[in-house]
Amino acid sequence: MNASAVMRLLRCSAICPKRRHLALAWWASIVLLSGASVAAQDHSLTTQSLSRGRGFDEQGGEAIYVSVCAACHQRDAKGAVGAAAYPALAGSENVASTDYMESVLFGGLRGMPALGRMMSDEQVADVINYVRTHFGNSYSDAVSAVDIATARSQSQRNR
Amino acid sequence: MSDPARPSLSRRALLAMIGASAGGTAMYQAMTSIGFAAESPYRGPIKLEGDPRGASVIVLGAGLAGMTAAYELRRAGYSVQILEYNSRPGGRNWTLRGGDVYTELGGATQRCAFDEGLYLNPGPWRIPYHHHAILDYCRRFGVTLEPFIQLNHNAFLHSAKAFGGQPKRIREIKADFEGAITELLAKATRQGGLDEAVSKEDQEILLEALRAHGGLDGDFRYRAGEESADFRGYAKDPGGGLGAAPTEGEPIGLHDILTSRLWRSLQGFFYYDFQTTMFQPVGGMGKIGEAFARQMPDTIRYNAKVTAVQQDERGVTVVFESLSSGAIERARADWCVCALPLTIVSQLPINVSPPTKAAIDAVPYSASVKIGLQFRRRFWEEDEHIFGGISYTDLPIRQISYPSAGCNLGGKGVLLGAYIFGGPNSYEFTAMSPAERMAVALECGAQIHPQYPTEFESGVSVAWHRAPFVLGCAGEWTEETRGRHYDNLCQIDGRIVLAGEHASYIPAWQEGAILSALDAIMRLHKRVLAT
Repeated sequence: MNASAVMRLLRCSAICPKRRHLALAWWASIVLLSGASVAAQDHSLTTQSLSRGRGFDEQGGEAIYVSVCAACHQRDAKGAVGAAAYPALAGSENVASTDYMESVLFGGLRGMPALGRMMSDEQVADVINYVRTHFGNSYSDAVSAVDIATARSQSQRNR
Repeated sequence: MSDPARPSLSRRALLAMIGASAGGTAMYQAMTSIGFAAESPYRGPIKLEGDPRGASVIVLGAGLAGMTAAYELRRAGYSVQILEYNSRPGGRNWTLRGGDVYTELGGATQRCAFDEGLYLNPGPWRIPYHHHAILDYCRRFGVTLEPFIQLNHNAFLHSAKAFGGQPKRIREIKADFEGAITELLAKATRQGGLDEAVSKEDQEILLEALRAHGGLDGDFRYRAGEESADFRGYAKDPGGGLGAAPTEGEPIGLHDILTSRLWRSLQGFFYYDFQTTMFQPVGGMGKIGEAFARQMPDTIRYNAKVTAVQQDERGVTVVFESLSSGAIERARADWCVCALPLTIVSQLPINVSPPTKAAIDAVPYSASVKIGLQFRRRFWEEDEHIFGGISYTDLPIRQISYPSAGCNLGGKGVLLGAYIFGGPNSYEFTAMSPAERMAVALECGAQIHPQYPTEFESGVSVAWHRAPFVLGCAGEWTEETRGRHYDNLCQIDGRIVLAGEHASYIPAWQEGAILSALDAIMRLHKRVLAT
């Protein structure tokens, strides 16, 4: 990665530190838009996007998806293919089943860790509902945090 | 939020808690310290005696496990071929150097712009002295090693929330923490607090030991003075000639150290896996994979993506796609050593028994991210007198590691500007674009080294879940999954045997990969001779 933009930016931020976060976000979004990623400008991830503890801090399905799920399934939810693949969640028949999504989030699936264990019931519900109503998916039967609490305790019993 | 860690304090929950309170590195260190860390049982080169009578083996994956298996099987008289997805040997044994181009899953391409001789080891980067097998292969293959500096007393411990965000030297925190503890213990001893536990005679010895160990003065106090300066260093170092007398610094108080939580980063240096002496290959960890490959010319077929593995009574057929031509090809051998990561094996059509398949599917892969940063001068050496070692921080980058090679030569240098292993941040960094990761690494690093903005030149990052050839960092076992699946994963299934760090009790270390391969082929060889 060429650094001249970063250097200019950080020199600027050293002079006007209050504008640093803004400037970094701006810079990252410029690079994103000109690069291979399909991210929208308001999805730029910054230091402020990062969680502070052992659980994910992101709130709301979109923020959780962009900061966590997109690591593998990609921001467009179309997955990725290398020596093996990350399945697409866009248009996936698997996401029709909330039971299936809950079981994956609490039990993991092959190489995928059980990421739901690092999220609250609300976060798991939000991200499931988000995925099932975006990326070309349109399932109207939303799950609630109460549903997720049940699924979580069931998965703990099965472990 | 509901608390997934609470119901029973399983090993997994304990690790999660440690990960949250002390960061991913501590979690990893804890992971290895509660049963997963052990001295390598390697006792010298294996001898596969007996004639395999022309038997053939196809090895999947040219990482260290696959190449160890292939090398030793060739020496024993087998006909061996390796299929490798990448266009280079090594797998996770890998070094990124100037000119290298890396495209991660998702399509982002980075061109490493490091100067000649500078590099990032995105994967393994240090070798403990007790990892006998990899040390032996380095010796046999002529890979020159140099010391890897794990503990540098002059590196920093940093918390954004303590000491006004100013980093402290490791020697100060370590000396002052131990000084304060020994002072307390000496006080308790002298006040009779240990009379029931320690005999009078032993108390005399204990007090002497505490004074020596903690840098206490004649009155068993830890305070500014010669004794404490011997450990913590000076406010003004001793010099020569006039005005050369040293000035001893005032120790940091126990309350400040305790509440800063900086002590959390101290113990990791002394874990078995990280004790001196550690090593690194001169020129980058990738030298080991490159050396393995040189030992077996014309054995590795690169750019070969395995798409199916089918065994029958007489042998194994592997279907693979040539990534250069797009052609679908088949390879056939009597036996198969499958040294692919489980992230890949679990997605392959492969006809193994249900218990083996269940084991293959049972191991999630941990997330990890490393970021290398080139600076136009080695300011950490020139300005801060930090030669090698690691600074730890509670910022998301977790640590900054300074190069162990080229110390005090001046010129440019590459820092490991972030190393995140496990926990939410490891996924969040993976979800970022390379540009976003770089921006965070620079913003965080500048809080510890204000020279960052003026000295930064270029950087490169690797998020292991986005590495196309592995889709994850390393196999993540728990006590329960090991109990249920580990033996099934390791046993020979018909004509197929698995190998890799995931099939070892030293996960995420190269030693585990090599020992797994050696064990697998010893058993396979016996099977072949008996067939």
